Amino acid sequence: MLFETVFATIYQFGDAFAFLVIACAGLAVIFGMMGVINLAHGEFIMCGAYVTAASARAGLPLPLAILCGALVAGLVGMVVERLVVRHLYHRPLDSIIATWGLSLIATQGVLIVLGSTMAGIGTPLGAIEIGDRSYSLYRLVLMGTSIALLVGLYILFYRTRFGVIARATIQKPQMARALGVDTGRMYGLTFGLGAALAGLAGGLYAPTMTMVPTMGVTFMVESFVTVVVGGPDIFVGAAPAAAILAAIRAALTAWYGQLFGQIGLLIAVIVVIRILPGGLSGWIKGRTR
Amino acid sequence: MIKKTYTCALAALAASTFLAGAAHAQDDPIKIGVLEDQSGDFAAATMVKVHAIELAAKEINEAGGIDGRPVELVTYDTQSDNRRYQEFMRRVLQADQVDVVFAGFSSASREAYRPIVNQFDGLAFYNNQYEGGVCDANMIVTGAVPEQQFSTLIPWMMEKYGPNVYTIAADYNFGQISAEWVREIVDEQGGTMVGEEFIPLGVSQFSQTIQNIQASEADFVVTLLVGAAQASYYEQAASSDVGLPMASSVNVGQGYEHKRFTPPSLKDMYVTTNYIEEIDTPASKAFVEKFREMFPDEPYINQEAANSYIAMNLYKQLVERAGSTDHDAIRAVIAEGDVCYDGPSGNVCLDPKSQHMSHTIYLAHVGEDHSIDFPKVWEDIEPYWLGEAGCDLTQNDPSAQYTPSSPPPAD
Repeated sequence: MLFETVFATIYQFGDAFAFLVIACAGLAVIFGMMGVINLAHGEFIMCGAYVTAASARAGLPLPLAILCGALVAGLVGMVVERLVVRHLYHRPLDSIIATWGLSLIATQGVLIVLGSTMAGIGTPLGAIEIGDRSYSLYRLVLMGTSIALLVGLYILFYRTRFGVIARATIQKPQMARALGVDTGRMYGLTFGLGAALAGLAGGLYAPTMTMVPTMGVTFMVESFVTVVVGGPDIFVGAAPAAAILAAIRAALTAWYGQLFGQIGLLIAVIVVIRILPGGLSGWIKGRTR
Repeated sequence: MIKKTYTCALAALAASTFLAGAAHAQDDPIKIGVLEDQSGDFAAATMVKVHAIELAAKEINEAGGIDGRPVELVTYDTQSDNRRYQEFMRRVLQADQVDVVFAGFSSASREAYRPIVNQFDGLAFYNNQYEGGVCDANMIVTGAVPEQQFSTLIPWMMEKYGPNVYTIAADYNFGQISAEWVREIVDEQGGTMVGEEFIPLGVSQFSQTIQNIQASEADFVVTLLVGAAQASYYEQAASSDVGLPMASSVNVGQGYEHKRFTPPSLKDMYVTTNYIEEIDTPASKAFVEKFREMFPDEPYINQEAANSYIAMNLYKQLVERAGSTDHDAIRAVIAEGDVCYDGPSGNVCLDPKSQHMSHTIYLAHVGEDHSIDFPKVWEDIEPYWLGEAGCDLTQNDPSAQYTPSSPPPAD
């Protein structure tokens, strides 16, 4: 009985954690690292989900279909960066308007071209039983994926040449350029990576959700909240932020229901921005310096 | 010279206005405002309502219009946004000067626009099933209400599956009031509410809710979820192997979840609805056929499509019998108590006291392969609750919404 309760609690925490990490990874790169406020982020997620569903229905195995979704979203992201976002790096307010416009065009365009809904693909893997409750195996896979995603991103940004150059480009673009880095290309690739991560989020959650043009919106609040609480650094910031928020959310939802889970999430953000304006990562880095 | 031209023009203008005024009511089109969500969270269920109205308008115009006057639709996309409803309701009533409005999906949107209809003394058809209780002379409701959907469904489910009920409902007026109805009926039938949970609109992750349901001793789950995001529940519940039968007044008949999700996620869902395209009567089949002829790509013809279509035909009958589009004349016809229409869902009649509609209620059951069968049909269920509770629009117009816990004041 004790084991069951502990497992149930960990499952709920893990489920909320996985959702926050997967939903915010793309935004952490584009908004957290690059500082671009991209209101079309939800539409990259929708793009990934739609491509995943379409390719899974066309017969591709689900993992490949999800990668396909991420890839297409990444490519779309690079095109958007090249055509729109690139020209607005130093005009944050204009980039809000431009990306919001893109978001409206994408949502309405998909609605007109593909209709108001798309058939889902069904959640694979079935369920496992622990005690008298059963749990979706796919959601356990999502929890594992969220950890793998964090490790993968850590290796990419801190252990590869691409990561070093990308961080240098974003922190000190002039210096990076002086050292011979093609900063324009790096911006494009980093933005593309963020979009691909958004597409990955859409792909991973596509089998568990309703496929509609507005589906990206349901990820937006959670991902912005996590990135704002976390601050600019994904690993020192977003990961612990996701853990803390997941705990708050899972606990409040368990005790008082979904509404209080959401309220708790938002109150946590207000408190954090009030007392830690640099987010968790700003605070942690400030202390270790 | 300039002044003379000006006077001439003015005279011509006055003459033309006068002539137009004289011709009015003879050949001028009857303008019908259509405010439905063609984008946003609810679009999947409501696009078809616009199409149903277009189909009815086409048929009416081809048959010579309403009383010889053609029908003209003034359509706006309300974007699943309550503020748009208020904006566009003002626009159709003030700027477009429509004769009648067909408006609204969610109960929140209806309550958002209803005061505006009252303010300008307009006439609005609400063609949606809802939580019931609107006693307002400016509103005609063709959708089914709780005494039609829950008084049939809940006792049937309790008899078949057991007395322990768990409700999950969308957290706004529709879900809250519907849940109240369920609670009341379960109580009356001697059952137990083992759980009740309200989910904010837009929530798409349900693992805690699913766990709560599994931990409870529920025999079946009443799902009153609304919108595309909340519909993710079914997939997630199925993948966690909840395996409990579900009962609902909104699923299948509205959002055709059995078509959108992979079987068997909606297995053993029971819904009371006054129409869905699977209903196997000649009238229903003919309706589906002509609908698909005009809109070949229509994903699903739901109860709201049938209700919108019926509402158009009821309005035609009301205007023709009243001899004008005047609201008092129309209400006088409703008060006669014999306004009926034999349409796709069978014969339906308007109740003069509440201006709601009687329905034949079909119990739709979703099979493992998501096919539909109908284990039970209740013929001619009256929308009796408002009238019994004391709402009588032929006598007075409180323009209020009542619930079992706040009924009309006894006087």
